[in-house]
Amino acid sequence: MSAGVHHTPYHPKWYRRRVSVWWWLQNRTYTGFVLRELTSVFVAFFALVYLWQLRALAQGPEAYAQFLARLKTPLFLVLDGVAFLFILFHSITWFNLAPKAVVVRLKGKRVPDWVVVGLNYAAWLVLSGAVAFIVLRGG
Amino acid sequence: MQPTVALRVARYRPEQESEPTFQTYEVPFRKDWVVLDALNYVKDKLDGSLSFRWSCRMGVCGSCGMKVNGSPKLTCAAFLSDSMPGPIRVEPMDYFPVVRDLVVDITDFMEKLKKVKPWIIRKEERPLAEGEYRQTPDELDTYKQFSMCINCMLCYSACPIYGLEPSFIGPAAIALAQRYNMDSRDEAARERLEILSEHDGIWQCTFVGECTKVCPKNVDPAGAIQQYKLMGAAHWLRSLLLPWGTR
Repeated sequence: MSAGVHHTPYHPKWYRRRVSVWWWLQNRTYTGFVLRELTSVFVAFFALVYLWQLRALAQGPEAYAQFLARLKTPLFLVLDGVAFLFILFHSITWFNLAPKAVVVRLKGKRVPDWVVVGLNYAAWLVLSGAVAFIVLRGG
Repeated sequence: MQPTVALRVARYRPEQESEPTFQTYEVPFRKDWVVLDALNYVKDKLDGSLSFRWSCRMGVCGSCGMKVNGSPKLTCAAFLSDSMPGPIRVEPMDYFPVVRDLVVDITDFMEKLKKVKPWIIRKEERPLAEGEYRQTPDELDTYKQFSMCINCMLCYSACPIYGLEPSFIGPAAIALAQRYNMDSRDEAARERLEILSEHDGIWQCTFVGECTKVCPKNVDPAGAIQQYKLMGAAHWLRSLLLPWGTR
């Protein structure tokens, strides 16, 4: 199996099973994990579109109008829809995983996981609200 | 009549066969029996040639880890009644070489465990006359969860990364490293971080999370690894911004 395993030469008959190509279908955690890995492509896609938008914005109103028209084509509508769903999936799984990495201690006691998750969601809501407020007021 | 249940047990007898096969045993079904009891019944009454490891029968020694119906479990804590009506499939843990039947070789884990220096390290040992290193209950609480690990290796058997990259140092070893890092009496967190920041360390983990789910002692190795990554990243950032300020 690995070069790091030193103890096999004297026991050539030990049985080593190969990992199946389909290991990620064995249970839901594995499938969810692989889905998260693969769909990160859509998160990257969203980031690229965002950069493209900034460039169009910098190039002036004409370029920006062209950008908006391009986004309204069916291809981009479908891509955006799919990307939105996967970004939602990533955001939610990310928030739910947050307390694993972030351990907050107050007065020597560990803050419960649901508080850490809750604060993440709260920050998300507040920031989204602020963006919505600025955009809607501007429009 | 005593109800029975079928136990489908993986057999591997290297002198007879080149790969594992399954053998089915009909064992009595009793509500208070766990899979380990059924295996012992097989060994005592049906087939003395069946090999498996066990010791304490109460979730402390960590010897009886196997796959029960596909998921890694301590067989002393896996009740037959949870898998009824059966058949119940019992296999050796994944990703470790099988020596015989349900017995796997654990040398790889023992070597990795040693690598993370899971013991208290002091820069300078205090003379005995000065007494013990004291610790408050709160200080104990910060690492207690990670100290519950019994080295049963179910987390390795649940980790596809370990399966695909056998050089990965693995969940339990990292959780135990973290156990000593967070111990107020220990002073070697930097040393361990250097070992675990290497290629086969924490960054191999892509957070599948199954190790935490199968842990019979609620150690949460996945959490330990993510906390370790955060610590490693913070340390790296500090050394980048304040090269003179890193301890």
